[in-house]
Amino acid sequence: MNLHEYQGKALFREYGLPVSNGVACDTTEEVLAAAKQIGGDMWVVKAQVHAGGRGKAGGVKLVKTEAEIREFCDRHIGSRLVTYQTDANGQPVSKILIETCTDIANELYLGAVVDRSTRRIVFMASTEGGVEIEKVAEETPEKILKAAIDPLVGPQPNQARQMGFKLGLNPTQMKQFTQIFMGLAKLFDEKDVALIEVNPLVITEEGNLHCLDAKVVIDSNAMYRHPELDAMHDPSQEDEREAQAAKWELNYVALDGNIGCMVNGAGLAMGTMDTVKLHGGAPANFLDVGGGATKERVAEAFKIILSDSNVKAVFVNIFGGIVRCDMIAEGIIGAVEEVGVEVPVVVRLEGNNADKGAEILSQSDLNIIAGESLTDAAQKVVAAAGGAA
Amino acid sequence: MSILINKNTKVICQGFTGKNGTFHSEQAIAYGTKMVGGVTPGKGGTEHLGLPVFNTVADAVEATGADATVIYVPAPFVMDSIMEAVDAGIQIIVCITEGVPTLDMLKCKVACDNAGVVLIGPNCPGVITPDECKIGIMPGHIHKKGRVGIVSRSGTLTYEAVKQTTDMGFGQSTCVGIGGDPIPGSNFIDILARFQEDPETEAIVMIGEIGGTAEEEAAEFIKNNVTKPVVSYIAGVTAPAGKRMGHAGAIISGGKGTAAEKFAALEAAGVKVTRNLAEIGSTLKEATGW
Repeated sequence: MNLHEYQGKALFREYGLPVSNGVACDTTEEVLAAAKQIGGDMWVVKAQVHAGGRGKAGGVKLVKTEAEIREFCDRHIGSRLVTYQTDANGQPVSKILIETCTDIANELYLGAVVDRSTRRIVFMASTEGGVEIEKVAEETPEKILKAAIDPLVGPQPNQARQMGFKLGLNPTQMKQFTQIFMGLAKLFDEKDVALIEVNPLVITEEGNLHCLDAKVVIDSNAMYRHPELDAMHDPSQEDEREAQAAKWELNYVALDGNIGCMVNGAGLAMGTMDTVKLHGGAPANFLDVGGGATKERVAEAFKIILSDSNVKAVFVNIFGGIVRCDMIAEGIIGAVEEVGVEVPVVVRLEGNNADKGAEILSQSDLNIIAGESLTDAAQKVVAAAGGAA
Repeated sequence: MSILINKNTKVICQGFTGKNGTFHSEQAIAYGTKMVGGVTPGKGGTEHLGLPVFNTVADAVEATGADATVIYVPAPFVMDSIMEAVDAGIQIIVCITEGVPTLDMLKCKVACDNAGVVLIGPNCPGVITPDECKIGIMPGHIHKKGRVGIVSRSGTLTYEAVKQTTDMGFGQSTCVGIGGDPIPGSNFIDILARFQEDPETEAIVMIGEIGGTAEEEAAEFIKNNVTKPVVSYIAGVTAPAGKRMGHAGAIISGGKGTAAEKFAALEAAGVKVTRNLAEIGSTLKEATGW
């Protein structure tokens, strides 16, 4: 689960990390009131979306006057922000974070993630903070400092010191850095974080370390033990159909093509999309109906697939393991009747009772085309959708 | 021979009396797996599916001499169950449960390594040595005893590979679903090393997916250590690059993880790759000359 910057900073504050004084607001008037409350004559306003690259996209601005605040808020609240980390539609902005200004002398990078290959939480730091960090990692990987946390021992201050010396910090900053490192590691562990990032971690003109941004992703599998984070879930940042699918425990991702896909298992679902593409078609979606594909879930899956008006044909590819294919076939017929599917549906059933399933489908008078094999079914569905692109 | 499990493997089930534990234990018994009992705290001393139920894994091991366990308990209890099995001296743990928190797995993985215990999963279909021992949720009837070792991150894709190798008449020595989670108990390399050592495994099928760098690391391992023919398929060529949060993910993977990257790494390691899911069997025929 992704958190907004203002939510991440609230967690930072809870763990004693230095963040700016700020208020997250829903309306222009609230932002103006917050500016007065914060005080001073210069502020930073930041559009809150689940994506990076906001600065370059105009989603972050230094403002000095009421007019500037109004202009920024009116432009962003209720509209969508497109950055290089979003898709072409961007992400909706419903909150603006207004903060005190920070005078920046230098920008560092500090992040941590669960590294699959070392099977450790790995902290990464660099003197090259800001937006070009990925380029730094690619071109000069030696400039990325790394520290792996032992899962049983936990983080140690010496790991922070080793990074800090290489970052060229002075003794005061070293102390602050160690605190930030240990605080982030504690937060990572206690809140089941999957990714945390402070970019930039700035050195202010007074010489103090300060967390200017906060990106936090929580491990969705661990949400059951963090009821305190439930309220931070912002469904507006997720695709509507994907959210609807998730309610039925269906895993759906929208794509650009015209062949709807319904498959059991995430790997086979990707494999099915690849097969459609291999035969010249274009998949309209990824959809994993999961292991227990009941009639209700198959029906719901059809509804979600058909809510995409680009879909010209549907490919159902089920490898019945423990599930019986004759039961799946009945589920498909029931769903097609209930939902009123008007596009051709190609079905490939394999595994448990596949023959019986095929027989049931062929006896129905619905517009269902049987695929003899994976290849045959893929070719038929590409043809049914109007041929190869 | 085979790897990990065979007809002598004594298996217990944690979460035995639950819905999944019951259903899949019935299937395993019907397949011929040497199931010797199960564990459900508080139900010790009773009987389920004709087998004894124990309160703790330690009790079960003492009474039955079990050397393997299969875990079906809900995700919040998985870490506890794995640790209990490790402490009781179980040698092979197969965890089917999905949705286990990643940080739990980081800890379990270290504990298993320190104790020399093999952990398969979580979020996996399990392990099967055809005609001998089935631990997990895979359909037994599509398998056939034979000479191909199969290792995969995905459940239903494993079944595709199994069916094709069965249809071609090759059969399987052992099939291992390592699971799709970020931190699997065993990775491709762990299983490839065992297949290389196993005299009954004559060729290997490796099924991967986009994301992470496990396939790239496996390619490096194959280049230096595996002399048997390896065939590979990677799912996710058409998967779009997702929305992203920040840079940390990209920095740690160093630009690896796409299907194209993985195919390239495997090809460079001498692996025969196929981009067509329907051609795993025929590619294997080509690679082995069978």
